[in-house]
Amino acid sequence: MDLHDLPKPQDLMDIDLNKPPETGWMNNPAVFKDGTYSYPAAGKNLKILGMPNPRQWAPADEDWKLPENWQEIILKGMKERLEKYRSFRLFMDICVRCGACADKCHFFIGSGDPKNMPVLRAELIRSVYRNDFTLLGKMLGRFGGGRELTIDVLKEWFYYFFQCTECRRCSVFCPYGIDTAEVTMIGRELLNLVGLNINWVIEPVANCYRYGNHLGIPPHGLLDMWEFMADDVEDITGIKVNLPVNKKGAEILFVTPSGDYFADPGTYTCMGYMMLFHELGLDYTWSTYASEGGNFGLFTSHEMIKRLNAKIYAEAKRLGVKWILGGECGHMWRVVHQYMETMNGPADFLEEPVSPITGTKFENAKQTKMVHITEFTSDLIKNGKLKLDPSRNDKIIATYHDSCNPARAAGLLEEPRYVIRNVTNNFYEMPENTIREQTFCCGGGAGLGNDENIEMRMRGAFPRASALNHVVAKHDVNRLLCMCAIDRATLTALTHYWAPDVTVGGIHELVANALVMNGEKERTVDLRGEPLGDEEEDE
Amino acid sequence: MNALFSLVSALIAVVALVAVSWFGVEAIGLDSVFGVIIPYIALAIFVIGVVYRIVDWARVPVPFRIPTTCGQGKTLPWIKADNLDCPYNTWGVIGRMFLEVFLFRSLFRNTKAELREGPRVTYASAKWLWLFGILFHYSFLIIIVRHLRLFMEPIPSFVQTITSVDGFFQIMVPTFFITDILFLAAVTLLFLRRVTLPQLRYISLPADYFALFLILGIGVSGVLMRNFFKVDLLGVKSLAMGLFTLHPVAPPGIHPIFYVHLFLVSVLIAYFPFSKLMHAGGVFLSPTRNMANVNRSERYVNPWNYPVKVHTYEEYEDDFREKMKEVGIPVDKE
Repeated sequence: MDLHDLPKPQDLMDIDLNKPPETGWMNNPAVFKDGTYSYPAAGKNLKILGMPNPRQWAPADEDWKLPENWQEIILKGMKERLEKYRSFRLFMDICVRCGACADKCHFFIGSGDPKNMPVLRAELIRSVYRNDFTLLGKMLGRFGGGRELTIDVLKEWFYYFFQCTECRRCSVFCPYGIDTAEVTMIGRELLNLVGLNINWVIEPVANCYRYGNHLGIPPHGLLDMWEFMADDVEDITGIKVNLPVNKKGAEILFVTPSGDYFADPGTYTCMGYMMLFHELGLDYTWSTYASEGGNFGLFTSHEMIKRLNAKIYAEAKRLGVKWILGGECGHMWRVVHQYMETMNGPADFLEEPVSPITGTKFENAKQTKMVHITEFTSDLIKNGKLKLDPSRNDKIIATYHDSCNPARAAGLLEEPRYVIRNVTNNFYEMPENTIREQTFCCGGGAGLGNDENIEMRMRGAFPRASALNHVVAKHDVNRLLCMCAIDRATLTALTHYWAPDVTVGGIHELVANALVMNGEKERTVDLRGEPLGDEEEDE
Repeated sequence: MNALFSLVSALIAVVALVAVSWFGVEAIGLDSVFGVIIPYIALAIFVIGVVYRIVDWARVPVPFRIPTTCGQGKTLPWIKADNLDCPYNTWGVIGRMFLEVFLFRSLFRNTKAELREGPRVTYASAKWLWLFGILFHYSFLIIIVRHLRLFMEPIPSFVQTITSVDGFFQIMVPTFFITDILFLAAVTLLFLRRVTLPQLRYISLPADYFALFLILGIGVSGVLMRNFFKVDLLGVKSLAMGLFTLHPVAPPGIHPIFYVHLFLVSVLIAYFPFSKLMHAGGVFLSPTRNMANVNRSERYVNPWNYPVKVHTYEEYEDDFREKMKEVGIPVDKE
């Protein structure tokens, strides 16, 4: 399915949030409508990873070719996870169905489908939990809110757990902090046990496992891409930037999502990093082995997070760096911030990160030894280490989309804003219910940003788009900034459909535009090759 | 689950409970069953059940530190960190939990999304749920404290004080308590909210209505026995004191409405550990709320962390060594 196959926005949104179906939700099986679900994982990818039940199948088929004892596998998997994750166990037990989360989910607001209310998404699995694991559920069955795990229930899980982007917005509003991301993560783990997964998650995982990055780019290919970007930088600035790759003994290992190596507008942000590091004379290195900061393991299983994430510390150790710097990415920072050190640490072979330029100790990263690029850059700006000319970004009227994970899983809210304010003159916030900890997902995170799922993506994108259009109307905003590689891809589709006059880009693209480099030629174009400033205004 | 089925089945269950206790006492004279035996059993189930549930939860490990950060984290010294919404130390966590448990901080954030022409979506402040929730929980608490007068002799002064403040308006004889009115109003509003909001009606299970009806039944029977049937309070107190001092007797002649009240309370506390009402204990254990966002500065250990299969650098280099050498990327093994 393609964007232009979708109805016009007004028609797409001809929905009613207050009209649930007549049939009760327990008896209302999922309908696999084109454009609202993702294609299943190819068998070859599951084989690379040693994951169960590789085969050819399709969600719209009647027969999903499951192992004969699939119920037993799932229930056993549930029991195991109920004993390993307090989050999962507690979130199965304590929901009172108060409904505070109901209209907090972007997929619910955009689709009106009640099973996209976080509470009901969790009830899909909770009903089975009650039926098989609780006294009252076992005694009372349906009256006790229990529901047997049938094939229809399993199909419903597949449909709705791959219709949640694990953005955690609902958990901000829940009086008990119930986090649907936890429920979805476990739900997906269980589905994976019987071979139910989507290719847009599993292929990047398989690629990342073998090649070190989601796109499956081999080392020589990466070098090619990086050199290509360095050439572009040279065309624009006249400066040939330093491009260290797999350099042993460098001070800093730089890790960023591979999405920014190959597709616009991510590439501009990637060029921005190269320019910044060159200008600072930073002793750093890129890595072809740890060439991916992102981690689609997060959308597969906890074990897979660990399997993919292990590369970062391993490479830091092999190269003998002192600490790690991480680029702009959303879910990568959930993994780095909340999982990496616990899973693959302690990284006692590294040193506590200190900025070689300002001498600032990054106390907040002293255990993981990994610093976020906006922490690094805002510290540089604060200490006056960058010569910046924000007027080079004057054509841009910017707003900023907080990516879900840096906002709600790390609390990185001010650094990006500080950097943006210092490199641009025109920055306007979207309404407060849609930014910072209340930010809305782009609609395509957690592996759902594929083409076949485009209708559901655009529905999920609606709350973000609506907020964006508010500042477009009010302030003529023409650039949606973000610090996430998935965003840079998915928001581009969002603006295409919902706000065609807005472009999408990363923060370090604007940093590099504004960065006055030593020995640069007079800049006439920005990193996109477009003329700087407005000709008429110059006169 | 059909909405009407949920509502009606829960209503039938509670009406049946009322009928059983009323006729049990009125017709069969089972005063001591409903006055002594059932309350003791219920209390035992409550205590053992609640302890069991909490211990059971507490025994499940928390493998990862996963706070939901709702404010700026502590990073660079010149950036103001929000210790209450994104705690960076134990005091922050305590503050965050205090706000959550005592003031329902997260519910206070509640908004209502509405679709409009454009299409666009707007968010209106929606604090009703917060208000009803606060009224309900706090009036319930005060009512429980007031009931201590039945179990204690002499009556503690704080119970006296709360009781007299609560009965400040002195409407009717015996005094109608403010919290009784607020409590009944709050439960009713929570119920109305559940049946009138279509989304909420759709998600409601029998258990949701059952808890509401049961609690409403307790409130109504309590008000009825005190203000309308005017049951023999001395008899009630001697029963309560007897239960409390382990010399239980059910004095004759207490009106059945009292036994209905007591039975519904017994059912509530016996049901408590098996139900969603355990959110009262669970909220303290919620990992997205009770953990500090010190993820990158302090070590966190997963007790069941296990080794996994990874693709090592050596394997990677073996796959690509020739190509790497060709383009000048350094390799470990020539």
